[in-house]
Amino acid sequence: MDANQVLTGWGRTRPSRAIVSGPMDTCALQELVASRPARGVLARGAGRSYGDAAQNLDGHVVMPVTQPTVELDVAAGTVRASASATFAEVLAKAVPDGLILPVLPGTGHLTIGGAVAADVHGKNQHADGSIAAWIDEIELIDGTGTLRTLTPDSDPEAFHATVGGMGLTGIILTVKIRMMTVRSAMMKVTSGRHADLDGLLAALDGTRERYSVAWVDMTASGRSLGRGIVDTGDHLAGPDPRREPDGLTYRPPHARWAPTMPFCPVTPVSARWFNSLWFSQATSYQIAVTDLPTFYHRLDAVDGWNRAIGPRGLIQYQFVVPDGAENVIAGALETVQRHRCAPFLGTLKRFGEASKGPLSFPMRGWSLAIDMPAGRPGLRHALAKLDYAVTAVGGRVYLAKDARLGRASFDVMYGPQTAWRAARARLDPEGVFQSDLGRRLGLCAE
Amino acid sequence: MTKSCPYHRVLVFGGASEIGQQVLAALHLPPDAEVLLAGRDEQRMAATAERLACRVRTLQYDAAAIGTHQVAIEKAFADGDVDLVISAAGILAGQDVLDGDPDRAGLLVQTNFTGQVTTLLAATARLRAQGHGTIVVLSSVAAIRPRRANFVYGATKAGLDAFARGLADSLHGSGVRLLLVRPGFVIGRMTRGLRPAPLATTPAAVGRAVAAGLARDATVVWVPPVLRVFAVALRLIPRPIWRRLRR
Repeated sequence: MDANQVLTGWGRTRPSRAIVSGPMDTCALQELVASRPARGVLARGAGRSYGDAAQNLDGHVVMPVTQPTVELDVAAGTVRASASATFAEVLAKAVPDGLILPVLPGTGHLTIGGAVAADVHGKNQHADGSIAAWIDEIELIDGTGTLRTLTPDSDPEAFHATVGGMGLTGIILTVKIRMMTVRSAMMKVTSGRHADLDGLLAALDGTRERYSVAWVDMTASGRSLGRGIVDTGDHLAGPDPRREPDGLTYRPPHARWAPTMPFCPVTPVSARWFNSLWFSQATSYQIAVTDLPTFYHRLDAVDGWNRAIGPRGLIQYQFVVPDGAENVIAGALETVQRHRCAPFLGTLKRFGEASKGPLSFPMRGWSLAIDMPAGRPGLRHALAKLDYAVTAVGGRVYLAKDARLGRASFDVMYGPQTAWRAARARLDPEGVFQSDLGRRLGLCAE
Repeated sequence: MTKSCPYHRVLVFGGASEIGQQVLAALHLPPDAEVLLAGRDEQRMAATAERLACRVRTLQYDAAAIGTHQVAIEKAFADGDVDLVISAAGILAGQDVLDGDPDRAGLLVQTNFTGQVTTLLAATARLRAQGHGTIVVLSSVAAIRPRRANFVYGATKAGLDAFARGLADSLHGSGVRLLLVRPGFVIGRMTRGLRPAPLATTPAAVGRAVAAGLARDATVVWVPPVLRVFAVALRLIPRPIWRRLRR
């Protein structure tokens, strides 16, 4: 069922029309790739990347790639999931057996294939790395239509180019991931409020817990600049019979639908009001026991919240800077405030070791994600300044969130990418796999 | 650090127009950018070129000569992608003149509407193929409701306005955007000798508004912005009263 369809990312900023098909069986996918359509082919997962990573203007987009399947091997502690299975589907099957995915991003709706293509990280990146560290095997259709099995040992270059490769090295069919064992499906979460950025950074740096993340009040200025709430947590050491009488379960609560707004309700004033309220309602110190979805998938509490930001969509600017460049974080807060970008959500994370993927985002340091409505007049200038500040200290922005980075900035942030380009040339000699993001950043030919 | 500008090749139809010139000035183009001025008046275009701090080329273009537009577009796109197309060509003549000279009214329609359609459709085809770019179309508040005092001009702008809105919708998902600009009475060369209407504006203000509209990815820009409200009132005035308005 081919259909011309306008696709956007989660941010809904850059609509682009493509020939959408799927799900398909492996043979049909191989044939499609081997036929080398003029504007290329791209696999798309749940469309949860914010920018134009999962779009291919005038080309083919396969979405979903295959039927979702999840095969659990409890004894070995691994799961083999098809690329189109979502995190929520995998968790629903694995949690009753005491297994969870070792890397869990802010939403459970994204697909395994998309997560591998973006090399996603979770709140435990500083302890456990990104998803690249947990993959045993990837089944991939390469640019000639051949089915390949990539492992970190058999062909490390191709493997690491694919993890974080934004779908430009092939179509991921299935992924085998090592799971993490838990004794309880409940989490002990400690929340602490901090009055300024120094306090927030110190709290994130000082925690020994497996999971940690900070919400930043993006609108507080002056002495309160960068104030926020740090949440740290870990799994309970044993089952809690009172809270989970039927054993370990994963039951995401029923999400509310956000209304689709005909205008953008987020302004500098409403953003400030919302952030201040959020900060002031938090207690200064609190310990709670919550279930997995409440702690991991905070973005899933409201379905379709991206539509509530108005018809112009939203931009999330997520960047990482190395240790010692904490001043860039403070500078970023000031820049988006000065240009009246109406930042309504800020998320700060401590990052540990980088993964080996050339296009992988994480690196040791600090990561800040800023959500802003896309229609503000000062946004373009503010983000150009942030690009400049981030490149100057050797940081980079997250491609899965990006919709507007220029090629020059990308080249400084990620380097010439000779290893990645060589691996892509081997996997996809004819350049079949293309995306709007790839063309924008010069990762695939125009 | 200077303000960032995402436009490296800019094509202006009506290269001698004051509004076109002021839009270019407000864009703060970087020195390595290239501007293509397409128009009739070489002298005025040369004067515009002198005021810009980037590379400028001029191209002969007559909005009324619809047979030549395809070739002009081919020439403009021959040396690479064009990031911004500004359609600022347009003429104005008094209704009393046109009443006595229907041929001249036909020429006005040809320049303000027919020529824009051929030019913009040819440009759109190229922009679609390159997969990115922005079109700026200069409509007018006169497009909102025809007035006794200049209904031929109003009709051309109404046609252009409808055409641009339809074109913008057809471009959804193509990577190409369209910004529709609706200025009020603009005090300048085109309106010399006319008494300024209420809420009159200047070419410089239109230029700044277009640059700001481009920066925030707007779809429609009114200059001055209060015209958006004023236009609603224009539509609601009862016809017997509207008819009596002199201007």
